[in-house]
This record gives sequence, C-alpha cells and structure tokens, in this order.
Amino acid sequence: MSTTIDDDVTTETPPKPTKRQRQAANIADAASGGIKMLLFKLVLLGILDAVAVYAVLVLAGFGQWLIAIVVAAVAALVNWIYFSRRKLPAKYLTPGIIFLVLFQVFVLVYTGYIAFTNYGTGHNGSKEQAVSSLMASSLQRVEDSPTYPVTVVDQLGTLGLLVTDPDGDAYVGTNDQPLEPVDAEFDGDKAVAVDGWTSLQFADVLARTDEITELAVPFSDDPNDGAVRTPDGSSAYLYTSTLEYDEAAGTMTDVTTGTVYSDIGTGAFTSADGDELLPGWQITVGFDNFVRAVTDPRLAQPLVYVTLWTFAFALISVASTFFLGLFLAIVFNDMRMRGRKYYRVLMILPYAIPSFLSALIWAGMMNESFGFINQVLLGGASVPWLTDPWMAKLSVLLVNLWLGFPYMFLVCMGALQSIPDELQEAATVDGARPWAVFRLIKLPLLLVTVAPLLIASFAFNFNNFNTIYMLTDGGPRDSNAPIPVGFTDILITMVYKVAFTGQSRDYGLASAYSIIIFIIVAVISIIAFRRTKSLEELN
Amino acid sequence: MAKETKQRGAWAEGLAAEGEILAAGLDADARERAIKDARRTGDGYVPPKRPFKFGRWFRATGWRHVVGVVMVVFALFPIVFVISSSLNPKGTLTGSNALFSRIGLDSYVRILTDPQVPFTQWFANTLVIAGFTAVGTVFLGALAAYSFSRMRFAGRRFGLISIVVVQMFPQLLAVVAIFLLMSAIADWFPAIGLNTHIGLIMVYLGGALGVNTFLMYGFFNTVPASIDEAAKIDGAGHVRIFFTIILRLAAPILAVVALLSFIFSVNEFVVASVLLIDTEKQTLAVGLTKLVSNPRYADWSAFSAGAVLAALPVVALFLFLQKYIVGGLTAGAVK
Repeated sequence: MSTTIDDDVTTETPPKPTKRQRQAANIADAASGGIKMLLFKLVLLGILDAVAVYAVLVLAGFGQWLIAIVVAAVAALVNWIYFSRRKLPAKYLTPGIIFLVLFQVFVLVYTGYIAFTNYGTGHNGSKEQAVSSLMASSLQRVEDSPTYPVTVVDQLGTLGLLVTDPDGDAYVGTNDQPLEPVDAEFDGDKAVAVDGWTSLQFADVLARTDEITELAVPFSDDPNDGAVRTPDGSSAYLYTSTLEYDEAAGTMTDVTTGTVYSDIGTGAFTSADGDELLPGWQITVGFDNFVRAVTDPRLAQPLVYVTLWTFAFALISVASTFFLGLFLAIVFNDMRMRGRKYYRVLMILPYAIPSFLSALIWAGMMNESFGFINQVLLGGASVPWLTDPWMAKLSVLLVNLWLGFPYMFLVCMGALQSIPDELQEAATVDGARPWAVFRLIKLPLLLVTVAPLLIASFAFNFNNFNTIYMLTDGGPRDSNAPIPVGFTDILITMVYKVAFTGQSRDYGLASAYSIIIFIIVAVISIIAFRRTKSLEELN
Repeated sequence: MAKETKQRGAWAEGLAAEGEILAAGLDADARERAIKDARRTGDGYVPPKRPFKFGRWFRATGWRHVVGVVMVVFALFPIVFVISSSLNPKGTLTGSNALFSRIGLDSYVRILTDPQVPFTQWFANTLVIAGFTAVGTVFLGALAAYSFSRMRFAGRRFGLISIVVVQMFPQLLAVVAIFLLMSAIADWFPAIGLNTHIGLIMVYLGGALGVNTFLMYGFFNTVPASIDEAAKIDGAGHVRIFFTIILRLAAPILAVVALLSFIFSVNEFVVASVLLIDTEKQTLAVGLTKLVSNPRYADWSAFSAGAVLAALPVVALFLFLQKYIVGGLTAGAVK
C-alpha cells in the first residue's frame, strides 16, 4: 500500500483499511472455521477409526478374518478420502454409499447366494454345529456312571460346571468348552471355588434352575465321550449320546438300533431308507430351489396363480386409482365450483393416514360375522368379504382404491392445472367440442407428464406388502399347498410367509422367490426406461 | 341405517353418471358459456341477472357437489367408524357397530395403561426410529445431491443411473438376507445387530440414496450456481457453502424429504417385524398388527384408540405440510 502525505487522500483512506480489515476478517474467519472444521474432522475420523479397530479386534476374536480385512480396508479408504486434499465428490458421497452398499446392494447379492442354499429350519449352521447339536439332543445317562460332585460356577454370565472326579481332581467346563483340569479350592472332597469364576450360592442355583439343568458340558473334545449334566446343581452324571459319530467315515450310527446315517451330500445325515437326522447343516444346492419352485406341482401351482394375481393386482390398482383420480380432478378443476378446498382436504385424508392402520381398520369392517359393512351397511348380510377367494380379491382391490385414489387425484389435479389454458381456447375457437378437447389435447399432455408416476405406482403396488398382509394376510389359505400361501398373496407376501411364518422357515426357497421378483422387476424396468427414456435425461 | 343405504345409492348413481357427465355435461354447458361470453364482450352488452334455476345450476356445478359428497362419504366412513369405536367403552368388534352410541375415553385409558400392551413404548420407538431415519436420510441424501448437483467428476452419470436402478429393487425384497446379515452382526456386535433400534435405523439408511436424493438433486439444481461462486470468491469453502447456503435455501425440500421418510418408516412393517423381536422394542406397525391379528377376539376399541393416537401426528404433519408434499410428489410429473 502506497503512503501519501496528502490530506485529501488521508481523509479518503478510512474506507480502504476497513475493506481490508473486512477481507482480513473474512480470511481469519475462514481460517478459524477451517481449524474448527479440521478438529471436528479429526475427532470424527478418530471415533470412526477407534470403532473400526475395535470391530477388527472383535471379528479377529471370532476368527472372521475376511470380514475383518474388509472392515479394515473400508476404514483405510475412508481415512484416505477425507485426508486427501482432492477427492471432493467422494467426501460427499461416501457416507451414503457405505449404507447403500451394505444394506441395499450387498443384501441383494446375498439373497442371490441364499437362493442357491438349503438355508432354513433344520439347516441353519455348519456341519460341526449339526453334529454337536445332534449328539446333545440324544444324550442319555450312562447306567453305571459314577456320581460327580459339582459346583455351578459363573463367568460373566456364562454358566459352567466345576466337577470333581472320583480321583479327586477338579475340572471346569461350559456348554462350549470341554472339561479341563484346574486348581480349585476344596471343601472336603468337593471342589467349591476356582479363580476367575464365581461360585453360585444355593439361592442362585434355585433361581437359575432351568439354565443349569440345560447345561451339558462335553467330557472331552471327542463328542463320542459324552457330556456331564447335573439335574440338581450339586451332583452330576455322565451322559453319552445314543448316536455315535465317525468323523473319518462321516457317518452317524444310532447305537440303540444300529442304523447308520451317512452324509450323502444333501445337508443332513440320511439313513439307507431315506430317514434324515435333523438338524442338518447348510450346503449349496445349485438350482434345486428354483427347480423345486417350478416343477413340484404343489409349489408350481401357487407360484403361477400368485404371479398372475400380483400382475392383476398391480395393474388394476394403478388403473382404478388413476381413473378415479383423473375423474375427480376433472370434476373439481372448475373455478366456478365453491368449496373445492374443503372437498380436497377431506378426500386426501385416506392418503394421510398410515396405510397399515387403514388396512387393519378395513379388515375389521369387512369381518364376515361382526364387521360394520355386513352388520350395518348391508343390514346383517353375511358377505364373505375376506374369506372367499374371489371376494377377497375384490376387497383387496377396493381397499387399495380407497388408499390410492387421493394420490392420483392430487397428481392429476397438478398435471391438469399445468396445461396452459390457451390450448383449450385455441381448440374451442377451432370448433372442437369439449370432449374432443379433453380426449385429443388434455389427455395426451396429461399422460406424458403422469406416465412416469404410473410406472412408479405400478412398481409400488407390485410389492404392496402392507395392503395385502394387513387386510387378508394373503388368505383365504390354500390348503393344498405345502407352504403357507393363500389366494390373495402377492409375490412379496409369499416370500415373507415362506421365510418367517409357519412351522418351518425356508430361507432358500424364499430367496429363490425373491430372485424371481428381481427378474420380473428388472425386465419391467428395462422396458419402462426404454420407453420413457428417463435415464437419458440425466445430466 | 337408512342414511347409509341412501348414501350408497347416491354413490352408485354418481359412478353410473360418470360417462354421461363427461360426454354431455361439460360439453353443451361450456359451449353455451363461450358463445355468451363472446357476445357480451363484443358489444358491451351487460345481461340482466338471470333468476336462479336449479336445473342450470345443477348442470354447471351442482353435480360436482354430488360427486364430491359421495367421494367424501367414501373417503371418511372408515375414519368415522374408527373414531366412533375408539370412543366406545365396550371392547368388541360387534359392540363398535352402532356409531357413537356411547361416548367415553375408557378405550384410550386401556390402550395406554394395559401392561400386556406396551403401546406408549411402541409409540416412543416409532418416533425414535422414524425420527432418526428421517434426519439421517435428509443428511446423507443432501450430501450426495450436493455433489451430484455442484461437482463434475468421473462416474457421476453412472452414479446417478445406478441410484435409479438400485431403487427399483426395494429393500423388502431382500428381507431374508437382511435378517441373516443382522443375525450374523448380532453374534459379533450385539449392540447394533438383530433386535436393536440402531440396527433397524442403519438398514433404513441403506435406502437413503434414492428417490429422495433425486428430489433434492432437482431442487439443488434450481439454486443458481452464481450464489456458490459469489460465496467462493468471498472465501467460503465447500463445506460452508453446503451448510450455510445450499441447505438453508433448500429448506422446503428438506422438510418434504424428511416427512416422506418419516411416513415411510412409520408404515414399514416387513423389515421391522423381522428385526425387532422383543415386544417392547417393536414399532407401532408391528405391535398394532399383532394386537388385532384376530379381530374377532381382539380388544377392538382399544386398538381403535391406539390407531387414532398413532394416526394423529402423521395426519397433522401431513395436512400442515400439505402444500409442500403435493409439490414434492408431483415434482417429477409437472415441470
């Protein structure tokens, strides 16, 4: 800055320093904000790294090396992104993408994997788990076994048994850890306490009787040696399994009957005449689930009618809500009409109420013997709204119309109002009658703007779980099918019911159905995107 | 009862008349009006006020009121029914059929205090889960939308397209895999796995980049980039621009996205029912559905009271932000 001694100039100088001061303040402000931001960033990344280190240690403790490496790699990548001076877009995208990849992309891929396994009730874990579970479930007390004095001990919530064998040596073990020798404090012949474990008092033993009688501490690493169990918390007996596991041959032998169950590659020990010992274990079964779904007639028939009904339900729902919404939009799109605002607010109420509540309320009203519709509106009729296969379909569509028409009404109203009035005026001047104006000018313009929403609505109704599940629960149940499926089930409710309801859960088959939905949705989306070219507009 | 029969009759008439109305009603009426308007403006002739004729009024706007009343009855009668049965002190479904025969708040007391039904707990759980999901969705979505809207980088178009494509496959399709993933996580980290609220919120946040991101992306694009540039020249960094300029200017769309996400989580049943096992950890959707799984034996009035209580905040929010929501919903359609 040049200095002058001219008085005129010095009188004008005050604005200049203030401007510089302001700039300086701005820079200082930005710089201080930068330091604050830097600290904030360091703290956040520090927390993240601490969590990552903890996670890696825990995973390593469980022997999950692959997942530990993935966690470490993701943490390193995040650090690299946020400490880099560049990578600006990545800084904004990473948080969302981590959740997207884990809970949206990965689970979809994992669904694909499960569809090729026999995962489900009876096939939940590894072969080792199945063996130990089978051995544990067939334990029987050895007739002439000695009595072992025991003390029930606790370590961080895990119960164990402190056993004194007839030679006077003390051993401790839990459900998962076989007995191992320890130095214990003795009270007479009985070991009563050991370092690292809390001995349970009599009152505690009484309080936790159920847990204690469930304890089965393996005698050694070999499951054929049996386990120690205590019926009363003070003395224990040796139990051995009626099954004998031959690890080399991979067979289970029932020592009471002599039946040999062998591993024939179906994920369970199977005897020569086809009896399976359950639980089995999880294996990949290739396309078995898909083949079963489409060739087993008892499964294929439900799959066909459920798929057809899913399409019918989605299409009719979109069409009915759209036409009712469009009709109402036309009716209420007239400036001369008074009170349009009030009609509008009252009519969109069904859309504002959470849909699961509406569907449950309708289910009560449509109850055949006690519901409001039969008892009051129809004066005591017994229309089987939800119990007859065809009436139930109609009811589902009616309720979905009630749930969906306000949305279409709002959308069509907006679209109609966005069509310029000049078009209608020009057409009227040219002598077009109002019906022609509507059909040839307004409707095509409206469809152009509403078509993407109709496709979205179709996609939503294709997987409209709540309406179906809350209203009919997919029922009435099809008694011929071996899976819990009914006549109003759509594909997604069938997936849910096969996987999570009923006596046996079949994750493999449910995932195979999910994959079938993926394929249908993918094909429809590709066609829709080709038609609307909506992806090409992205820039 | 006679009233209801009459209403149903009117509804049927309204539907039957739909075709005729569309074809004829609009038609003749509008043409007549157009001709009259033309005459009137042409020679400055002011017609005398015509006497009110019912037939003419009905053809012009009266029938619209008939349609409106019929539709309002159709839209409201389940709502009236549930309010009536929530005020009915008697418990059963049959007892609820006589509308407003008895008025009392007993059912509300029952649902709020029944030790078997932790309704208040469900309510709190739902608010917590939906609230955190809404905030998280807005934050993650806004971050992504900002980078898509303001930055040009390799893979940007691919990113936008893949978000659209991934959204075609909603999370509930992968519910089995989500369940197995969360049970595996529960073995290693019980605090965030199966049967925890944090776990459920994390799963919901997996859907944060999606339709909502697009709503925000579109809105951010309408904020002039010159504002950013001016701020940049004044020395503001990208973080400051994002938090103090973009987010402030985009407040209405953030509110819409938060509300849509909130309503989605309140409504979500599939994943919540699979992940939340303990009764006192469940959400309203899961708890209330199990409560009336057999409407014949359930305490229907108590359920109705619970339904009214559960719906009130959502309906109030919806009506309060109605203008914005309708704008958000039709954003894709009406440009």
